[in-house]
Amino acid sequence: MIDLINVTKTYETGTHALNGIDMHIDDGEFVFLVGQSGSGKSTIIKLLTAELKPTSGSILVNGYKLESIRRSSVPYMRRTLGVIFQDFRLIENKTVYENVAFAMRVIGASNKEIKKRVPYVLELVGLENKGRRLPNELSGGEQQRVAIARALINNPTMIIADEPTGNLDPARSFEIMLLLEKINALGTTVMVVTHEKGLVDRFTKRVVAIDEGRVISDGMDGYYNYEA
Amino acid sequence: MKHNNFGYLLGEGFRAVFKHGFMSFAAICITVACLVIINSFSLICYNLNLTVDDVQKEMRIVVCIDENYTEAESKSVGSDINLLDNVENARFISREEALENFIGDSDASLFDGLNAQSMRDQFEITLVDNAKVEETKAELEKVVGVADVYADIEVGNALATIRTVLYIASIAIAAVLLVVSLIIISNTIRLAMMDRREEIAIMKMVGATNSFIRFPFFVEGFILGVFGAVLSFFIEWGLYEVIRKAILNTGLEVMKIVPFTEMLIPMAVICAVAGLFIGIFGSLMSIRRFLKV
Ligand SMILES: Nc1ncnc2c1ncn2[C@@H]1O[C@H](COP(=O)(O)OP(=O)(O)OP(=O)(O)O)[C@@H](O)[C@H]1O
Ligand SMILES: [Mg+2]
Repeated sequence: MIDLINVTKTYETGTHALNGIDMHIDDGEFVFLVGQSGSGKSTIIKLLTAELKPTSGSILVNGYKLESIRRSSVPYMRRTLGVIFQDFRLIENKTVYENVAFAMRVIGASNKEIKKRVPYVLELVGLENKGRRLPNELSGGEQQRVAIARALINNPTMIIADEPTGNLDPARSFEIMLLLEKINALGTTVMVVTHEKGLVDRFTKRVVAIDEGRVISDGMDGYYNYEA
Repeated sequence: MKHNNFGYLLGEGFRAVFKHGFMSFAAICITVACLVIINSFSLICYNLNLTVDDVQKEMRIVVCIDENYTEAESKSVGSDINLLDNVENARFISREEALENFIGDSDASLFDGLNAQSMRDQFEITLVDNAKVEETKAELEKVVGVADVYADIEVGNALATIRTVLYIASIAIAAVLLVVSLIIISNTIRLAMMDRREEIAIMKMVGATNSFIRFPFFVEGFILGVFGAVLSFFIEWGLYEVIRKAILNTGLEVMKIVPFTEMLIPMAVICAVAGLFIGIFGSLMSIRRFLKV
């Protein structure tokens, strides 16, 4: 569950990236976050992952108050989130399997738990036969599936994806969205940042549009319609 | 951190040491150089200390009493001398005894013209604090009935000065070398961290704790420090014994040089403490900056 109340963010450079964002996302929802380049979408994600602190306002993520969170609690808060980026961020010299297992290992999972869970998640994202490959032996869409598997591996309550299809062709993009929809259907909250109007319009989901650091529309009608 | 990860984290640390072979090698070399020099100075100071102690233990002040005083009068001067703060003990030496000391083992016939009356009563004085010998000498000279005061100040003073200079020099050199070692080790670790920047970013993103991220680098610094400590210990041992034997072979008893084996434990402790300090602190220095986000 995510709750942003009157959140502002001003960078050290003086840029007012967010100017009073109010947004609530319940457990189990699927939300598209749309907006023009520079409107503040990535800034919201960095606030949600506690990479940045808000200048003012309050942010609640899965029970953690991020405006006042202790440094030592941040890792535990992050374990409730799975984050996916446009550029995949895989470790190049580790295999697909190791990339996914790595995320379990660094939060202290045992080898036994890892051996049980990694194959299950690889199958969920459709990579059950590619575990031994290195990232550069995969297509972009497959690499993004590895990143999704890694985001899912620790069973987060929520998946946050910042332009997950930015590097993919439309067919691959659609497949990734279908995968995220499937993950949502299995009970995980999903929030997807995207530019791609066509893609958003193929789903009937909640769409939150922001512009110049403010929410300008928020509806279930499923349209990427903030330009209207 | 669960213990089932301990092996994994240790492995990561070891792997890093070998991956950055050249930097690790350089870091260990500089640590060894630093420790060997620190230890050498410690050893020189230690031996010099023993020598100074010996010289000072033998240091005596001889006070000659006015030649006109009778033995009884001289002894009463002795009680005045004993009143001085820094006097530990004043032993009375009668004229007869003084004569005997003077003649010593020589042929008594050489000193035929000499009798006890040509000597003076004396006191042989030991001091509480040998460093204050000059003040005490001056005070003794003021005591009524004291004619002359003889003290062998120079040798003791010179050695004490050398010791002080060596202390200061060794502390200064050790401090500089420690800083150099720290910087080199911390750069080695930083290299390892730069190398794994993206991995660290991913670890943070999926919720690894800082201590988990830190541990392998900590292990790396620890290993470098331990290697440096062990190597420098044995190098120092070899070097010291070679030099000791060379000095003994010259036959000159310039100063005391105890065998290294008498100082195994203190030397091992110095190596271990300094090596671990350099290794652990060096890695902490570079890690701290890295984990801000
Ligand atoms: N680290 C930073 N320092 C200073 N200003 C920044 C920083 N990051 C972003 N900004 C500014 O904040 C505003 C919002 O940026 P943000 O990255 O959130 O936009 P975005 O909606 O994600 O854009 P895009 O769709 O291009 O990714 C922009 O004006 C940007 O220039
Ligand atoms: Mg962005």
